[in-house]
Amino acid sequence: MNEVRVLSASGQIGSGFLESSFARGIELKPHVIGCDGGSTDSGPAHLGSGKPHFSREGTKRDLKLMLQGRNRINVPLIVGSCGFGGGDDGVDWMRDIALEIAREEGLKFRLALVRSEQDKAYLKKRLKEGRITPLNPAPPISDDVIDRSSHIVGMMGHEPLADAIEHGAQVILAGRASDTSLFATVPLMKGTGAGPAWHAAKILECGTACVVQRKRPDSIMAWVRDDHFDVEPMDMDVHCTPQSVASHTLYENADPFLITEPDGTVDTHGARYEALNDRAVRVRGSQFHRAERGTIKLEGAEFGGYQAIIIGGVREPFIIRQLDSWLQAMKEKFVPRVHEMFDGRLGPDDYDIHVRVYGRDGVMGKLEPLAHQVGHEVGLLFTITSAEEGTTDAIAKTFAHFALHYPIPEWRGLISGIAFPMAPAYVNRGPVYRFNLNHVVTPDTPLEMFRTEYLEV
Amino acid sequence: MAKLGDLARLIRSKNAGPFTLTFDVMFESDNAYQAVLAANVLTKASFAKLYNVPKDEVLFFAHDTAKAIKISIPRPYVQGDRDDGDAYGGQQHAPLVEIEVPA
Repeated sequence: MNEVRVLSASGQIGSGFLESSFARGIELKPHVIGCDGGSTDSGPAHLGSGKPHFSREGTKRDLKLMLQGRNRINVPLIVGSCGFGGGDDGVDWMRDIALEIAREEGLKFRLALVRSEQDKAYLKKRLKEGRITPLNPAPPISDDVIDRSSHIVGMMGHEPLADAIEHGAQVILAGRASDTSLFATVPLMKGTGAGPAWHAAKILECGTACVVQRKRPDSIMAWVRDDHFDVEPMDMDVHCTPQSVASHTLYENADPFLITEPDGTVDTHGARYEALNDRAVRVRGSQFHRAERGTIKLEGAEFGGYQAIIIGGVREPFIIRQLDSWLQAMKEKFVPRVHEMFDGRLGPDDYDIHVRVYGRDGVMGKLEPLAHQVGHEVGLLFTITSAEEGTTDAIAKTFAHFALHYPIPEWRGLISGIAFPMAPAYVNRGPVYRFNLNHVVTPDTPLEMFRTEYLEV
Repeated sequence: MAKLGDLARLIRSKNAGPFTLTFDVMFESDNAYQAVLAANVLTKASFAKLYNVPKDEVLFFAHDTAKAIKISIPRPYVQGDRDDGDAYGGQQHAPLVEIEVPA
């Protein structure tokens, strides 16, 4: 029987795993080691700025153990979505860490760097051809949106990874890649069933997120065969049950039965989960429906200005009972102050002041069913945004003082209506970004949007 | 009368990408799962009403093997945009915890 063993080192490179769990995985002789390195989950700042989410120290520790483990058994190591956003900066960052480890530890390997950042002229051509289509929901797309994006990545499937392995790559550091592709590539290359390969990959991609009680990020292994796969966490104190494994297709996924991949859809409607023992689970009946035309999902982020924040609280009952009109009036009355401060060069459309009210609807916004209930105090989070860093700083400084003393009709005399927990009251947070794409491209081939470079390390 | 939060093993919300929000209501036992389904207190319509979103935007799933009810909606604000107060989408499930389930 065809069996391909796939070791997932951890849910995210840089978040850690137990050395003992990973070592046990290596002893079981996997055919490939994989680890995801990114996500959109913590917001647009990583893709937009190209800055990593996890520390260099934590990432280096994890990558070193993976490179040493790989070296021991000479199998491919695939790390995807390097640097978190998966842009070219992220691949370069991970490459430099890998080269440093290789030097320090005396490791040799053939390295493939698979970059996924997109050429804007290529995207505009595909847009014109009608070969970029929106997912639901999606913001509007145009040449202008493409031009003003600071980074756009395409999410690669298994094909560019398989191509790199066919070209002799022993270590692959990939840009943005679908989490599942990292783990499905080698089983698919070795001819296991596509349904089990993709479903196992979905279970593996978050490391030990599919166990009953996750203690920490850690290593997990799948045995992928023709018509089923088995999955078992590498820490002997951690358990998978049929329910815990079945539940994992719910996580971060809109539909718990169907998972869309670049070249098709994983269908778990018919999946049956069986306990092999108190730690391992067998899954049969997963299907993969190949799409007629493969699609590559785009992720884009654009610069949204420079931002400062002001945190404050209000306890005074007279202010709380007229909170919205008080906040609205202070913003309106602030307009002429900005006008005079900038000598008429800055109008109300040149900056944005937004306030979030904690204790009312600060967490849920328009989804909050209890927005009419306000307690005895509220927290205020002001965000001040403009195109220039200096402008944002000047407005934030001035507005904090202006808001502090903004009057209410009930009191005669100067009030101080906001409790600031910090001095100065404002914090500059630098550039901010926003996601601006939720679209797919229909390329001619699954490789054309990705660029591979080989290095002999 | 019990609350949904007392019957479930886990109620959570999370992003499913930057444009979608998803809610999982997961049970330990088949009894609790089936009882909540049968009570009809968590449906596409009741969710739409509680969260004040159009019913046709609500995806509703019952997953028997996972003993879980899953609901997905478009995010009210794109993740990380100015108006978004929950980058991971992890605190949007709170109203579900308080749903009353008749015995």
